[in-house]
Amino acid sequence: MSQSKKDEILHDHNHDGIDRRDFLKCMAWAGTGTLCVMQGGVLKSYSMSRANEWNAAKMAGELSFAQISDSHMGFNKPANPDVAGTLKAAVDKINALSIQPEFLLHTGDISHLAKPEEFDTVDQILKGAVAKDVFFVPGEHDVIGDDGQQYRDRYGKGTKGEGWYSFDKKGVHFVGLVNVVNLKAGGLGNLGSEQLEWLEADVKQLKSSTPIVVFAHIPLWSVYPEWGWGTDDSAQALSYLKKFGSVSVLNGHIHQIMQKVEGNVTFHTAASTAFPQPQPGKADSPGPMKVPAEQLRSLLGITDVNFVRGQHALAIVDSQLG
Amino acid sequence: MKGNFARIGLAGLMITLLAMLTTAGSVGGAAAQEKAAASAEVKIDNFSFGPTALTVPVGTTATWTNRDDIPHTVVSTDNVFKSKALDTDDKFSFVFSKPGTYSYFCSIHPKMTGQIIVQ
Repeated sequence: MSQSKKDEILHDHNHDGIDRRDFLKCMAWAGTGTLCVMQGGVLKSYSMSRANEWNAAKMAGELSFAQISDSHMGFNKPANPDVAGTLKAAVDKINALSIQPEFLLHTGDISHLAKPEEFDTVDQILKGAVAKDVFFVPGEHDVIGDDGQQYRDRYGKGTKGEGWYSFDKKGVHFVGLVNVVNLKAGGLGNLGSEQLEWLEADVKQLKSSTPIVVFAHIPLWSVYPEWGWGTDDSAQALSYLKKFGSVSVLNGHIHQIMQKVEGNVTFHTAASTAFPQPQPGKADSPGPMKVPAEQLRSLLGITDVNFVRGQHALAIVDSQLG
Repeated sequence: MKGNFARIGLAGLMITLLAMLTTAGSVGGAAAQEKAAASAEVKIDNFSFGPTALTVPVGTTATWTNRDDIPHTVVSTDNVFKSKALDTDDKFSFVFSKPGTYSYFCSIHPKMTGQIIVQ
């Protein structure tokens, strides 16, 4: 298969006058995940769509882990009638990576309707991952009907409140936040004062050179409030992280890859292993996006978003299969 | 005697007929009113409630039907009613027996809001 690699800067965060490009074509589909590598204290993320072309030597770092998201186990509509199959494909892909992640992060919407059998199926599929440790945060679908009681029974060991927690891996401090409970009418994601107070205390004693990775389901930046793609009180959370030189925020919920830099914080959202959703404002609503079968093959694995840290801003380089 | 009975019979018949017509008129009217108060529909589709604001008479049974391919809930902001998760084609009904303005939203996607105004 011939391959033309075009590297283009897509997002002009600092208005450097760099060419823009239609991001629609660049949307990674589903059945995939993101490999995160901590290199020199800075998190770099690589979409697994083009994993077979990775240069493992260039991607070596102190720590690597994989992020998957939005498996929506139980969803069975035309956009993807086999979400178990695509989750398993994502796990197989992770197992085959030239750089093996030490653990997995699942940024929520594990299930579609918070049914026990849905959680059971995801657990079963993840048991097939070589990486045995999986860290979760809940999505709004995981807390349906019981404010997350079942989620906490299953995945909340050692967590506080609605299920928030932190842990350390090789000097990197990870914080799992819950922003999908106690949502108010007309509002966005919500962290709440109890969780914010916990977060402030949790990071207070850490040295400012500690790399921080925060993960939560709904984006902690304002991607598209009209569709609920944001968190009402995330600014306060981020204010507690101002002193740190390297902060990475990993989110899900929007079923597409987006990245943004704001000062010392880089934000990354992951694709869903289940189904894609439209770009902000490109459809009536953020529902499951049906992709014509014949386009599926060309979309699957066609896009690769490599995160390369530049001088001022993030340069998102898109490598597209010809 | 026969004649008197005949006259009474005719008058009686006319009175009965008159009564029937009047009752028929009012029965018809009441039936029409009951029909209007009986039910109202709200369609859930494309992450929105349609219509967003609905005015109904007291005693109406409102039924929400989810036509979206994603589950939604119907939750009153004042804890008056709360549905379980509605998947595609699931329904939820509530009888509004008291006047007032009832704001509600989808607890899974809180940007989705609606109102039932009961008069």
